[in-house]
Amino acid sequence: MTVRIRVIPCLDVRDGRVVKGVNFVDLKDAGDPVEQARAYDAAGADELCFLDISASHEGRGTLLDVVRRTAEVCFMPLTVGGGVRSVEDARALLLAGADKVAVNSAAVSNPQVVRDIAEKMGSQCIVASVDARRVEPGQWEIFTHGGRCATGIDALAHAVRLAELGAGELLVTSMDGDGTRAGYDLELTRAIADAVPVPVVASGGVGTLQHLVEGVTQGHASAVLAASIFHFGHHTIAEAQAALRAAGLPARGQ
Amino acid sequence: MGTLALIDYGAGNLHSVANALKAAGAADVAITADPATVRGAERIVLPGVGSFRACSEGLRACAGLEAALAERVLGAGVPFLGICVGMQLLATRGVEHGITPGLGWIPGEVRLIEPADSTIKVPHMGWNDVRARSHAPLVASGEAYFLHSYHFVADDPAHVLATTSHGAELAAAVGRGNIVGTQFHPEKSQAFGLALLSRFLEWRL
Repeated sequence: MTVRIRVIPCLDVRDGRVVKGVNFVDLKDAGDPVEQARAYDAAGADELCFLDISASHEGRGTLLDVVRRTAEVCFMPLTVGGGVRSVEDARALLLAGADKVAVNSAAVSNPQVVRDIAEKMGSQCIVASVDARRVEPGQWEIFTHGGRCATGIDALAHAVRLAELGAGELLVTSMDGDGTRAGYDLELTRAIADAVPVPVVASGGVGTLQHLVEGVTQGHASAVLAASIFHFGHHTIAEAQAALRAAGLPARGQ
Repeated sequence: MGTLALIDYGAGNLHSVANALKAAGAADVAITADPATVRGAERIVLPGVGSFRACSEGLRACAGLEAALAERVLGAGVPFLGICVGMQLLATRGVEHGITPGLGWIPGEVRLIEPADSTIKVPHMGWNDVRARSHAPLVASGEAYFLHSYHFVADDPAHVLATTSHGAELAAAVGRGNIVGTQFHPEKSQAFGLALLSRFLEWRL
């Protein structure tokens, strides 16, 4: 076979607590990201993603502790994103036990930070986020602040630049699709995946297992990220991997 | 079991590897760059994340470390495990960011993955097959997590202990005698990886 399509559950973490948690049976504390991570590790997730949405400085400190405790019990790659603005931010997360850091708004305001992190820590540990909305048919623009602020930056050109700056992977999120459960923006995902040499993770809008499959077959993504379909117990990681395999795609867990 | 020296030369995910070694049953893990500690170690693990050049320079920046490693691994023959760039450093040289000498314990060169098919992505990132060859110690066949843009091209095919496929057949593990290196990350490969680390901890030569 070939390298497997990765199924990546993403947890929103605020002040050290999971905002949307899955109802795994046997969890003592479903709001504890470490317990969640352990459950996803046991479930055979291919990677895990924490997105920190803490507004406060204290929340960031708590995050480092969460990452440290997660790395002690979780033996799969962990990506941590949210609020990474500098090499120092990235280093602190990596030292705490993250394997990759996702750079979101700083990749828009200061793309050079992507190069700085890649040069210091290696391309393999930097995931650059591309948060885009459709503005015309076949054209997307980078938006910040949860999709509220337009930047005037063309999403495809931005994605190509981030890969050139040394990002080892791109996390492509459709701000139109996020939270809608109507599926990824497949045209956006494919346009970027076909234009860059690095892997693309599809994100934003998953409501069904078929959406995951389409992210790969039509979006050309190397990995599929989802939140609510896993957290709310609609589907398991194993079901997601089985759906990919049923579509003839390489996935783990047979 | 004796002390296991996990080499700290400024190259990355030490704590992930330490956590996994403990989960695999290691009782006494010393995270160290001290030549005297290395000389007293019964087992040695060399991790590595980042570029070949940065890791090679980091290793050589630790006074006396390379000599102590050679004495203990090549001289005394204690079990050695290199992981990712720690495996690549076993080569004669790497060509990432200019030609840099490696440890030269397993003759070969570390080169960029250049797939003929442009749909094959680099870095090679994610779970892929490990196909162990019949003579391989420690390494079993299964699925492991890979994350690399460069690969080990061994001069002697007998030093390739396992392979994987990403555009072409690539070395997934190399070794000779008491030395094993894995391109994949056992510390990030769930049960498959912990089982390998457990076998390393029990390895007798």
